[in-house]
Amino acid sequence: MNATAASPPRAVDAEAQAGRPAARARHAYVSVEGIARRYGATTIFEDVWFGIERGEFVCLVGHSGCGKTTILNILAGLEGPTEGAVIVDGAEITGPSLDRAVIFQGHALMPWMTATGNVAFALSCRHRGWSRAQCEAAAREALKRVGLGHALDRRPAELSGGMKQRVGIARALALEPKMMLMDEPFSALDALTRGSLQDEVSRLVTETRQTAFMITHDVDEAILLADRILLMSNGPGARIAEVVVNTLPRPRTRANLHHMPGYHALRDHVLDFLISRSAAFDAAAPPAGWAPRAVPEVRPAIESPPPPLAAE
Amino acid sequence: MASEVPFWRAAALSLLLLAAALIAWELAVMPRAGGGAALDPEYAALLGQAAAQGGTTPMPGPAAIGARLLELLSDPFYVRGTNDQGIGVQIAYSLLRVGAGFGLAALVAIPLGFLIGMSPLLNAALNPFIQVLRPVSPLAWMPLALYTIKDSAVSSIFVIFICSVWPMLLNTAFGVASVRREWLNVARTLEAGTWKTATRVILPAAAPTILTGMRISIGIAWLVIVAAEMLVGGTGIGYWVWNQWNNLSIADIVIAILMIGVVGLALDRLLGLVAHAVAWRE
Repeated sequence: MNATAASPPRAVDAEAQAGRPAARARHAYVSVEGIARRYGATTIFEDVWFGIERGEFVCLVGHSGCGKTTILNILAGLEGPTEGAVIVDGAEITGPSLDRAVIFQGHALMPWMTATGNVAFALSCRHRGWSRAQCEAAAREALKRVGLGHALDRRPAELSGGMKQRVGIARALALEPKMMLMDEPFSALDALTRGSLQDEVSRLVTETRQTAFMITHDVDEAILLADRILLMSNGPGARIAEVVVNTLPRPRTRANLHHMPGYHALRDHVLDFLISRSAAFDAAAPPAGWAPRAVPEVRPAIESPPPPLAAE
Repeated sequence: MASEVPFWRAAALSLLLLAAALIAWELAVMPRAGGGAALDPEYAALLGQAAAQGGTTPMPGPAAIGARLLELLSDPFYVRGTNDQGIGVQIAYSLLRVGAGFGLAALVAIPLGFLIGMSPLLNAALNPFIQVLRPVSPLAWMPLALYTIKDSAVSSIFVIFICSVWPMLLNTAFGVASVRREWLNVARTLEAGTWKTATRVILPAAAPTILTGMRISIGIAWLVIVAAEMLVGGTGIGYWVWNQWNNLSIADIVIAILMIGVVGLALDRLLGLVAHAVAWRE
């Protein structure tokens, strides 16, 4: 897995830790350009613009009903937007692609296949020329990487919720996608399992610089994993109201996260948004400095934020 | 949910009930003393055994049937002319017809059910025809089949075909249509082609429902073949039952009922094994 090999040279680590440069649509790997979803007269969300750089982990946070899952499905190519387009690597998305692996909210494993079978099925789609034995061998390797070496031949019914989601993660990682899309992947799990999987994904993200887009309700999860957190206002008519840049240094674990300077400011900022500002946001009378194509970026973890690097 | 019953207790009760039923039967058919009034011996000789027993064919008891069953099963596959063939041969003919009709129906119903299940348009367009044709007794097709096909053997296969096609068609369509959207989305994000999605995702997901349809179909086919063979004649267990009725061999009819039941059970269990093999649980 080395999705970043072909990407332009990244900012040096010190700079990256101090806050990655703002993603600019024309350079980004993914560029979401003015997408909207309407059902008849009802607008779920509209005028949504954002970019995702290579190697960047972006979380989308918002209340139910603001169309988060729809945005993820549009990025996956499973649905089309009512308006606008999504450009990936210079080409508009017209359908699903193996380059964008999805980890589904429900694990979405096929119950008639073993854990190995599920991953091998994905691999057989990725590598058309591979024999069955090759796919299964690679699938076993992928499962061992997520700590499921002891459950290779079990069917999903014989796995716990956390193990099923691990298989889902292994299936996505085995594809070596250019990008991972995750739709609240841990929301159905109990707190302990969720925590250990979050740490594991945090480790994988740090190690592999996997480009990822994740939807979550969980503020701590977003702070643990994301480089940038997109905050969505409430639907209908939802917009991206704010972009929070997560300047906390990596590697992050749940154990050290809340000791990091700036963590509480960051967390309070996101929670405040969810509790009050998400409902108060009005695109017709937006706060000063807000424009749909230039959503203001904030760095709550740094007391005196540096001047914006991207002057749009 | 009934609590678990130990196997041996159920088996013991089954045997007890069977024994009681057989004893009651044997007692009920025992010849009454003095029942046969004095008959002119010459008249009796003229009319044969039936008349000698009082003019009616006595209902055979379990012992007589058991003896006859052993006799039939000791040589089930003999062929002595068209009207005298072993019971095994007759059952084999019936099974062959059911197999042919059921197999053809599966070949048509499963692919067609797939298309109907995948296409809401096709589903809506074909539904009225299916709903009208499905409740028609398969035997009602027999005259039309005889007229158009002009071959009684093929006609009975056609009747089996027509009666087993509906449950398989409807169950396949239903099973395919209710495949979980998230599995289809997985297949789409993996860029699995249509064929791969159909064979590796939709077919296994719908297999338990399809097998339920096949079990219903084979049950109906085995019911219908007896009636069809009574109509068409020639060979088969249904014909054999009718033939033994004409011969007034009541014991043979009882044996045929037993055999039809046992074979039907075996067919259902066979598909039950397949259903178990393709079953999945979440």
